[in-house]
Amino acid sequence: MVHGEAWTIKEFFTYPNEYIYWSIQIVMYPLMTGLVAGAFVLSSLYHVFERKELKKMAKFSLTFSYALLLSAPLPLLFHLLHPLRGLNVFFTPHFTSAIAAFGVVFFSYAAIVASEIWFVNRRLFVESALRLRGAEGIGNKVKGFVYRMCSLGAYDLSDEAIRKDERAVRFLAGLGIPVACFLHGYAGFIFGSVKANALWMTPLMPVIFIMSAIVSGIALCMLTYIIVVELRRFRLNRGRKPWMSSPEARGTEMNAIKMTSKYLVFFMLFAVSLELLDLVFRGYTAVKHWDILRTVIYERDFFSIFVLQYGLGNLLPLVIFLLPGLTLKRAVAGLILVLLGVFMMRWNVVIGGQSFSLTLSGYMHYNIPVIPRDFETYKEGVFGALTIAASPFVFLWILNKLIPVIEE
Amino acid sequence: MKGHVLRPLYVVLALVALTFAARAFVVPPDFGAHEKGYMYGWYRKGNEAEWKAFKVKHQTRSYCEGCHTEEYSLIMKSPHGIINCENCHGPARDHPEAPLKLGIDKSRALCLRCHGYLPYKSTGREMIKGISPEEHNPDVECVSCHSPHNPLGGLS
Amino acid sequence: MISRREFLRLGLAASAGIGLSAFAARAYSGKGRTPRWVFLVDTYKCVGCGLCVRACKLENEIPYEVNATRTWVERYVVKKDGVVVADAPLGARDGFTRNDPQGIIVPDADIAKAFFVPKLCNQCTNPPCVQVCPVGATYQSPDGVVLVDRTWCIGCGYCIMACPYGMRFFHPLYKTAEKCNFCYHRLSAGMKPACVDACPFGARLIGDMKDENDPVANIIRTERVTVLKEEFGTKPNVYYLNYDSVIR
Repeated sequence: MVHGEAWTIKEFFTYPNEYIYWSIQIVMYPLMTGLVAGAFVLSSLYHVFERKELKKMAKFSLTFSYALLLSAPLPLLFHLLHPLRGLNVFFTPHFTSAIAAFGVVFFSYAAIVASEIWFVNRRLFVESALRLRGAEGIGNKVKGFVYRMCSLGAYDLSDEAIRKDERAVRFLAGLGIPVACFLHGYAGFIFGSVKANALWMTPLMPVIFIMSAIVSGIALCMLTYIIVVELRRFRLNRGRKPWMSSPEARGTEMNAIKMTSKYLVFFMLFAVSLELLDLVFRGYTAVKHWDILRTVIYERDFFSIFVLQYGLGNLLPLVIFLLPGLTLKRAVAGLILVLLGVFMMRWNVVIGGQSFSLTLSGYMHYNIPVIPRDFETYKEGVFGALTIAASPFVFLWILNKLIPVIEE
Repeated sequence: MKGHVLRPLYVVLALVALTFAARAFVVPPDFGAHEKGYMYGWYRKGNEAEWKAFKVKHQTRSYCEGCHTEEYSLIMKSPHGIINCENCHGPARDHPEAPLKLGIDKSRALCLRCHGYLPYKSTGREMIKGISPEEHNPDVECVSCHSPHNPLGGLS
Repeated sequence: MISRREFLRLGLAASAGIGLSAFAARAYSGKGRTPRWVFLVDTYKCVGCGLCVRACKLENEIPYEVNATRTWVERYVVKKDGVVVADAPLGARDGFTRNDPQGIIVPDADIAKAFFVPKLCNQCTNPPCVQVCPVGATYQSPDGVVLVDRTWCIGCGYCIMACPYGMRFFHPLYKTAEKCNFCYHRLSAGMKPACVDACPFGARLIGDMKDENDPVANIIRTERVTVLKEEFGTKPNVYYLNYDSVIR
């Protein structure tokens, strides 16, 4: 069976070789890079623009951004038919291809985030390394070794050195914003520059992707932050009154959530305006391919575009966050909906773009594999996507062992 | 301890150097920008020769002519002379060494590719004598009455 | 209207006469001269037998039962009310034997026009599939044929997305991008592509645009021909005679 045939249903007149070649993993890929970019921008709002209200969120989102970054190439590895040859992208990059930029952009970005984390946590590395020097037990020896490696041999913790660290953090956070936007803008460029695809080809694509990236990054950071804080509180209060803590602690947490949600709403309005502009423009100019795009957008994909993406994913969360008296539960519901909206936006772009034929007179329906029949249907099915979705939390859990991300 | 700020940069530079070192081992020396430039000609030159060495299977009628002279001259006199031998007899490959014998496709389906009637007046199909497969002796192989090498030579 | 006999004679002349003798002697004989391969399709001559598709699959080792093919033939049936019913079942591997486009029986009286269109890689002068390959696994050879390096392709599918003609697919065995290459091995051996040899009617012809005396190149130079989807700026090298605006 030819790759793609297992999950593609073809209707009317399509070319013989057309299938849904870019499936769920290519939906996950811009979702993950988007979350990376968004999480980083959120942390930079504190470090560069000194938004003090975001301090609590900043350190967390920086580390989370790194965990997400480690997950970002995984969807691609799942997607490639020759994953082991993926390294060819670094060895023989062909820069006329948008994907070839991946190697360079991804690694410069990873280097920037890793360096920033290093500067932010240098004191922790040095102090832990010194504390564990000569400690007994395998666990402590390994930990001590890891911290010594992480310190890169720079043990100077004088005031002057720490001031230098802070300056470096500000510099890297500032440098990281354009690179994060580039990382994700280029993911948008991958689609926007495919001239063969009537739905994808628009110069707005990179900008739309960046905006929705920031939205999704902020939303996921807020959500994970709430979950981590609540879990910790639950554990601390175990045996006493669970879920009941001092009102002041709740107050500061709620304050951070409210402040962050304002940025969320701002970026969301921007993202939705751009998407609607794109839609209106296509309808108004109505060039050759509009006939089939209209049937895809307004008929075949109506539910996933207007109900799931715009309705549940954008409109409802806007109402939730803009109505006064935001509560924690309402915020959590709103954030989940925002993430659903961004996921559906990626889905509607990637799958929607392949749901009509290059003949402009046929359709292809993506039947996502649920129960895997073989490795291929696992990788490009629901469980493959769930594996990818879970991976950043695994990385965060590992990083958290090294760098505790939430101070109580 | 003056330069600790640059330490992450050294790590990055070391990784870049490592990538270039690995590249020297992994990438074949003939990989590069060739005749068509970097945009369209960035590839491993040796691959061209690999494609040129791909096995030819269809040897065309001139390959058959040498041995099967009689059949060849018979069909070339008929309207079926436009059909290459290998369309019905299958690719010759290295026949007669390998395969020793070619399997002949005598199915109705093969004949119907041209002789199944289609009312498409704006094509050459209209010029070919067509039959309705359901009505014209549906259970009999075409070759039991018609000779493919001499279709106008009467029924057998 | 030409008679059947005349048509067959023309077809014979086209497939046997044009090219064959001159072509085989010329291809790659002039050392140091790089050809620019071009293809000419006559949609009037095509009868939809699909022998080209069959020959292509056998010649190029594309598993016969797999629903993907390097070349195919489309059928267009335009009804008198203007509705176009088009299809290419199995890429026309088994030809068209019944008047049932998309499984719909169209009464003879309702047909305004109907015809077949062979499709193959356009070996574009500006191939978007090559432009987007991130690793240099697909490229334009010096004579303009776009090839895929099966040892270097990572299987990302970007080239498949970039081709406006839907030519590419993943080879089911090698798991790398696969496409028509004008039977590069046959061209290199002084032969013609398998589909050209298989076509009894001369609907498919190959020529060398750089040769002033090439009969096929001369048809392209002197007759009214067209290319597919010109608006993408790909500059295709497969030309069509008897084109119609309903062709996709």
